[in-house]
Amino acid sequence: MGDVLVLMEGIEKTFPGVHALSQCRFDLRAGEVHALVGENGAGKSTLMKVLTGVYKKDAGKIYIKGREVEIPNPRAAQHLGISIIHQELNLMPHLTVAQNIFIGREPRKAGFILDDAVINEMTERLFAGLHLKLDPTTRVSELTVAKQQMVEIAKALSFKSEVLIMDEPTAALTEAEIEELFRTIRHLREQGLGIVYISHRLEELKKISDRVTVMRDGRYINTVNTQESTIDQIISMMVGRTIFETSPEIPESNHQETLLEVRGLNRGNVIRNVSFTLKRGEILGVAGLMGAGRTEVARAIFGADPIDSGEIFVRGRRVQIKSPRDAVRLGIGYLSEDRKRYGLTLGMDVEDNIVLASLRKFLQFLGLVNSNKTSTTAGQVVRALSIKTPSLGQKVKNLSGGNQQKVIVGKWLTADTDILIFDEPTRGIDVGAKSEIYKLLNDLAAQGKGIIMISSELPEILRMSHRIIVMCEGQITGELSSAEATQEGIMRYATQRGGMIRADRTNPPEVEFGNP
Amino acid sequence: MLRSNATQKLLAFAALIFLFVVFSLASPNFLRFSNIIGILLATAVNGVLALGVTYVIITGGIDLSVGTVMTFSAVMTGVFITNMGLPIPIGVLGGIGAGALAGLGNGLIIAKMKVPPFIATLGIMMVAKGLALVISGLKPIYFPDNPDRFSFNDIAMGSIIPGLGVPNAVLILFGAAIIASLILSKTVLGRYTYALGSNEEATRLSGVNVDAWKIAVYTLCGMFSGLAGVLIASRLNSAQPSLGAGYELDAIAAVVIGGTSLSGGEGTILGTIIGAFIMSVLTNGLRILSVPQEWQTVVTGAIVILAVYTDIIRRRQK
Repeated sequence: MGDVLVLMEGIEKTFPGVHALSQCRFDLRAGEVHALVGENGAGKSTLMKVLTGVYKKDAGKIYIKGREVEIPNPRAAQHLGISIIHQELNLMPHLTVAQNIFIGREPRKAGFILDDAVINEMTERLFAGLHLKLDPTTRVSELTVAKQQMVEIAKALSFKSEVLIMDEPTAALTEAEIEELFRTIRHLREQGLGIVYISHRLEELKKISDRVTVMRDGRYINTVNTQESTIDQIISMMVGRTIFETSPEIPESNHQETLLEVRGLNRGNVIRNVSFTLKRGEILGVAGLMGAGRTEVARAIFGADPIDSGEIFVRGRRVQIKSPRDAVRLGIGYLSEDRKRYGLTLGMDVEDNIVLASLRKFLQFLGLVNSNKTSTTAGQVVRALSIKTPSLGQKVKNLSGGNQQKVIVGKWLTADTDILIFDEPTRGIDVGAKSEIYKLLNDLAAQGKGIIMISSELPEILRMSHRIIVMCEGQITGELSSAEATQEGIMRYATQRGGMIRADRTNPPEVEFGNP
Repeated sequence: MLRSNATQKLLAFAALIFLFVVFSLASPNFLRFSNIIGILLATAVNGVLALGVTYVIITGGIDLSVGTVMTFSAVMTGVFITNMGLPIPIGVLGGIGAGALAGLGNGLIIAKMKVPPFIATLGIMMVAKGLALVISGLKPIYFPDNPDRFSFNDIAMGSIIPGLGVPNAVLILFGAAIIASLILSKTVLGRYTYALGSNEEATRLSGVNVDAWKIAVYTLCGMFSGLAGVLIASRLNSAQPSLGAGYELDAIAAVVIGGTSLSGGEGTILGTIIGAFIMSVLTNGLRILSVPQEWQTVVTGAIVILAVYTDIIRRRQK
C-alpha cells in the first residue's frame, strides 16, 4: 500500500439536537480499498459528507497527502481529487453517456457551440482505460444501473480523482454485475487510487477491501486489516456490547388465531417471495437495514402499491387488496414512518383526525356528520390512549411527536382495525415518549390486535417483538424467536445476500421460503 | 438524444398526414394553394410562440405568459413605430426586446425568488396584459401605411421571394424554427435546457449555474413571444391590446402534441412545428367542412388529451 492520501482526525459535527460525529478519524492510502461500516445512523455518510464538502466540520483536521486543507464545498473536494458516487446516481437520464460525463465543462467552439464529436472521443478513451465497452452516444436512461454506475466512475476519473468514495455501490446490482464492479475497483486500486467503500454487506468486504473501519453512534471504533479479522468480529464492533432491557413477557400466542398470512409476495426486485404469518396478540418485529424492502412490503399489504404476485389471507380468508380502502375494510391499518406526510391532516384538530378514517360510522340523515357522536368517540379515544392535548379542538400539528403517533393509533382503532402495521413507530419521538408508545403497543397486543412493527433500531426490535423476521434486499433472510434473537444474529441476516443461511450457524433458525 | 421521443414525433407526423388525406378527400378546396398558404399563415404566430414554450417545457417548467407578453410586445412595437416615429427595424427590435424583458422577469422570479413557474408566469401574464391595456390606452395602435416603401405590414404579409406567393410570416416561422432547433441541439444553452429538465439537482452538482441558465431559457422564450408580437401586429397592421389571452394555451397544446414531455428532459422543435401544424390543419379543415368553430375547439382539446395519453401509454410499456 502506498502513501497516505487522506487523513481525518478529531472530526466533530453537531446538528441541532444530534451529536452526529464525535472525535472521528479515518485514513486512506493510495492503492487500497478501505471499507467503512456501521449500522444505520453510525455516521459513515456524515463523515464522508464532511470529506466531500457537503457538510462543514465543527472541529478536527483533514490532511490531503500530508497537507492540511479546508473543504468548504463539493467543488473544493473535486479540485482536491476527491469524488463520491452516491447511492442515488446523479445522472441526467435524457442525455447521452458522454454528455453526462462532460456536463458543465463541455469543450466549446466560438464560446457557445458544442462539439459532441470531441466529448464522444474523450469518453471512448476514458472507457478504454477502464476496459469498458460502452457507446458514448447511448442515452443514460437506456443503461442498467450497473452501467450507469460505470458512467459515474468514469466521470469521477475524468476529474483526475485520486480518492473515490462509493456509497453502497452494490445495493442495486446483480451478482454478475457486482463481479464486474469489483474487477473495475481492483483495476483502479492497481492504478494507485484510494477507494472508500461504504457497505452494509459484510461478506463483500472480504472480497474487495484491504482494511475495514467500523463506526458506531457517531464514533470511530476501530480499523482492522480485513484479512486478519472475521465477520463476527466486525459485527460485534458494529453493535457494541450494550446491555439492553429484558424482553417483554411473551403471551402464549401459539394457539391464537392467525390474523394475517402472506404467501409468496413479489414485486420486481423490491419484494422477493416474502411469506409470513401474524397471529392475534402478537408483535411481529421486522428488522433490516434501510432499503431492505420492509416499508415496501407493508405498503403492498396495505394496498398502497401494486404487487406482481402473491396471496394475502386475512383471518383465514383469501383476500384481494387493491387499494388502502380495501385494506381498511379488512381491518388493516398502516402507520407510516412519515407521520406528518402520510398519517395526519396536520391542520385539522384531534377530533377530526381520529374520526377521519371512519366518518361513515358517524353519518346521519342527509349525510351530515353527527358531531355529538364524533366528540364522544374522540373523547373516549383520547382518554383510553392518554393523549395529552388541551382539547379535542387542538390542531394536531401543535402536539408532540408521541401524541401525534397516538392520534394515528386512535384513528385506526376507531376504524375497527385489528391488524396494525407500525413503520418506525418511534422515529423522531423523544426518549420519554418512546416508552409510552411501547406500553401502547403491548396493550394493543394484549387486547388481541396483531401488530407488525418495522424498526431499524435493534434494541427496540429486541425489546418489543415476540417474533422477529429479518429482511435484506426484498427477501426474508431469517426468522428468530425473541428468545434466540440477538443484535449480532439480526445483523448477520440483515447483511446477507440471496436469502441463504450461513452454513456455520450452530442453530439454524427456520426460514420460510428461503429458496424461491 | 431524439431516439426515445422519435416514436411520438413519428406518430404526430403520421397524424398530420392523416388529417391532410382526410380533409383533401372530404373537400376539393382543402389542397388548393391559397388554402395551404392560409394554413401556413395561420400557424405562424402560434408556431413562433410554441418555439419558446418548447424550451421552457423541456426544462420541466411552464410559461403561461407568452400570449399576453406577445400582446405587450405588439403594443410596444406600436408605441415605438407609430407614437414615437422610430424606424421600423428599431421598432421591431424594441418589440422583441420588450418580450425578452418580460421573459427575464419570469426567469428571475422563478430562479431567484423560487416561485413555481406556474404562479410566476401566471403573474407575469396578468402584468403584461394590464400593461398592454394601460400603455395603449385601451385603444388599438395602427401602423402607418406606406405604399411606396417597405411598410410595417410587409414584415408579415409581404413576400420577400418574388413570384413564390408565400408571405414573409411563414418564412419567418421556418427561419425561427431552424434557429431554435440549432440552439437546442448544438449549443451549451440547448444542452443545459435538456439537463435542467432531466435532473436539475445532478446538473447543479455538476457545477452548472442552473439559475443563470434557467433565466436564459425564460428570456429566450420571451424573445420568441416578442417576435410573435411583431408578427401579429404586422399581420393586423395594428397592435390590438385586448388580443392574446388564450394564445398561451394553444402554444402549450402545440408543444405537447409534438411530443415534448411536460415532466421535462425531452422534446424537439420539429415536433413542436408538427404540433402547431396539426392544430391549424384541424381548424382549417373543420372550417372547410363547415363544422362550427365551437366544435373545432372541442376537437382540439380532445387531440391534446389523446396526444399526451399515447405518450403515457408508450412510457408505461417501456
